[in-house]
Amino acid sequence: MKEHLDLLREMVRIRRFEERCAELYSSGQIRGFLHLYVGEEAVAAGVLSELDPQDAVVSTYRDHGHALARGVPMDAVMAEMFGKATGCSRGRGGSMHLFDATHRFFGGNAIVGGGLPVAAGLALAHVLRGEPRVVACFFGEGAAAEGEFHEVLNLAALWRLPVLFCCENNLYAMGTAFAKEHAAGDLALRASSYGLAAWSVDGMDVLAVKESARRATESIRAGGGPCLLELRTYRFRAHSMYDPERYRDKAEVTQWRHLDPIDRLVEVMRPEFTDDDRAALESEVSVEIDQAVATADAADLEPVADLTRFVTSEVTT
Amino acid sequence: MKTTYREALREAIRDAMNRDDRVFLMGEDVGSYGGCYAVSLGLLEEFGQERIRDTPLSESAFVGAGIGAALNGMRPIVEIMTVNFSLLALDQILNNAATLLHMSGGQFPVPLVIRMTTGAGRQLAAQHSHSLEGWYAHIPGLRVLAPATLEDARGMLWPALCDPDPVLIFEHNALYNLSGELADDAGPVDITRAAVRRPGKDVTLITYGGSLAKTLAAADDLAAEGIDAEVIDLRTLRPLDADTFLDSVRRTHHAVVVDEGWRSGSLSAEIAARIAEEALYDLDAPVRRVCSAEVPIPYAKHLEEAALPQPGSIAAAAREVVRGG
Ligand SMILES: Cc1ncc(C[n+]2csc(CCOP(=O)(O)OP(=O)(O)O)c2C)c(N)n1
Ligand SMILES: [Mg+2]
Repeated sequence: MKEHLDLLREMVRIRRFEERCAELYSSGQIRGFLHLYVGEEAVAAGVLSELDPQDAVVSTYRDHGHALARGVPMDAVMAEMFGKATGCSRGRGGSMHLFDATHRFFGGNAIVGGGLPVAAGLALAHVLRGEPRVVACFFGEGAAAEGEFHEVLNLAALWRLPVLFCCENNLYAMGTAFAKEHAAGDLALRASSYGLAAWSVDGMDVLAVKESARRATESIRAGGGPCLLELRTYRFRAHSMYDPERYRDKAEVTQWRHLDPIDRLVEVMRPEFTDDDRAALESEVSVEIDQAVATADAADLEPVADLTRFVTSEVTT
Repeated sequence: MKTTYREALREAIRDAMNRDDRVFLMGEDVGSYGGCYAVSLGLLEEFGQERIRDTPLSESAFVGAGIGAALNGMRPIVEIMTVNFSLLALDQILNNAATLLHMSGGQFPVPLVIRMTTGAGRQLAAQHSHSLEGWYAHIPGLRVLAPATLEDARGMLWPALCDPDPVLIFEHNALYNLSGELADDAGPVDITRAAVRRPGKDVTLITYGGSLAKTLAAADDLAAEGIDAEVIDLRTLRPLDADTFLDSVRRTHHAVVVDEGWRSGSLSAEIAARIAEEALYDLDAPVRRVCSAEVPIPYAKHLEEAALPQPGSIAAAAREVVRGG
C-alpha cells in the first residue's frame, strides 16, 4: 500500500503541476515551448521509482514529469518555468531544459534523439569507474527514426553499456502518427535486432511499468548489458501549446482518457484507499504547487549583467 | 492585397508546384500537421501526399533524399523545422549538396532548395533560437537567402528552384506574422542583389532577415536626432553582393553591421573585412558591429532581449560611429 501510495502521489503531483503550467502559460507567466506530460505520468513515476540516487537520468523537452519524479524540487522546476534565478537552470533553460546535478538529472534535451548518445557516454563512465549504476534515458517513438537512435543502440549493445532506454511510445511525433513514422511497428523487436534485451509494457499501468523497470535495472546492474522498454502510452493534451491538433480525432483521445493511469491505480487501491484519502492527497499536492508558484513568482530574476556567465567555466584560483 | 509573410511563403510554394510538376515539398509535419510554423497549411489537401510529403524524424535521411531526387531530375523543396535541427543534416548539406558538382568535375549539379526557420525572440532557449545562416554562408557551392519582406517571401522561391545549384532559404521566426500589402501580381524577384531599404547619407546600416525591422526602427530614431541612416538589406548572404554596401559606405563614410549571429568568426566579420579591404580610406570612423551576445540564447525574457541586437543598441552604435561616441 505504501508503495502504491508513493506512485499515486508522484503521478498526481505531475498531473496537477502540468495543469497549473497550462494555466500559467495562458496567463503569460510561462513562455516559450511548453510540452505537457499529462497522460504519461505512469512512465516517469514507475521507471524512476526503481532508480537509486547515484543513477543518472537523461530526458527530453517533455521533461517536467521526469524531473519531478526524479526528486528535483518542485520549487526549482517552477522557478525555471518562470525564468527566475532560483530555477533549476538559473532561468537559462526554461521548460525544455531542466537540469539538476544534485539529482543526477542530465537535462531536458530538445533535439529529438540528442540525449541518447549522452546517455551512452554517462554509462561508459560508470563502466570505466566500475560503478554499478544505471542511466535511464527517456525519448519518444519519433526519436527512434533518428540516426542517433540506431547508432547508439548498436554502440550500447556492443559495449554492454548499462543504459535503460525508455521509449515513450505515445503514438505521435508532433502531428505524425506512428504508422507514418515507422514502416515496421515493433520497436522492441527493432531494439532486439541490435542485441539489446527489449520488451513492450503497458505504459498506462504504473505497476506494470515499475515491475518492468525493476527487472530491467536488475539485469543491467548484474552486467547484462543495456535494455530497452517500449512504454505504450498516450499524451492527452496537445504536443505543445501551439498545436491545434488537426491530426487526430477527439474520439481517440477520449478512448485513451479511459485508461487514465491515475484512475487505474486508484481502482487497484480501493477499497482501503478512500475518497477522503484521495481528497487529502489532492490537497497536499495543491499546497505544494501553490507554494512553488508563490516562491517562483516572488523570486528574483538573474541580473542582466550575468548574461554571459556559464558560457565557459568559472575557474576559481 | 493584404497578406502575411507566412501566406506569402505558402503562395510561393503553391505557385512553384503549379508551374513545375517536378517540384515537391518534404519535411517533418509539413502535411497533416500543417507545418510547424503553418507555412504549408492546406497544401496537403490541395496537392496530395505524393507532393506534400511528411517525413519521419530523420533530418539526414530526408535532406540526403532531397539531394538524390534533385540529382535525378526532380526539384525538391526540403523544409527543416529550424536551423538548429539542420545540424543533423549538415553532413549531407556540406559533404554532398555543396560538393558534388565540383567533385564530379561539373557533371552533377544539385538543384535543391532547403527552407528553414532561424533566429530568436520567442523564448525558445538554446536549442531552438540560433542564427546559424552565417555558417552556411561560409560554404562554397551554396546560395544562401534571407527574405526579410513580403515581396522576398513571395518571390525568392521560384528563382531558387531555377538555380541549378543548392539554395538555402532562412526564414526568421519573428517574421511569420509580419503583415502588409503585397502587389496582386507579385512574383519572382532577383536573388543576386542586396537592396537599399532606406536611403540616407550619414551612415550605412547593413543587415538582413529578422534584424531588418529593428534596424529600420533604429534609423527612424536616428532621423529624429538628425542622423540620416541608409539601411541595406543583404537579402543574399552568399554570394554576397558587396558592391551595394561598398557603394553605400563610399557615400556615407560610416558603417554599422547588424547581425543576429554571434560576432566571432561571423558573417558580420566577413562584411567588416570586405569594407576594410575595399573601402578603408572612404571611412571616417572604424566599422562597428551589433551582434548577439556570445552566449547560447537563454530562455528568460529579459536575458534573451539583452542577448539580441535591439533598436536601441543599433542606434547607439550608429551614433558612436557618426559622432565619435
Ligand atoms: C532533431 C529534431 N527534429 C525536429 C524537432 C522538432 N520536434 C520537437 S518534438 C518533435 C516530436 C517528437 O516526437 P517523439 O519523439 O515521439 O516524442 P513526443 O513529443 O511524442 O514525446 C519534433 C518533430 C526537434 N526538436 N529536433
Ligand atoms: Mg511520441
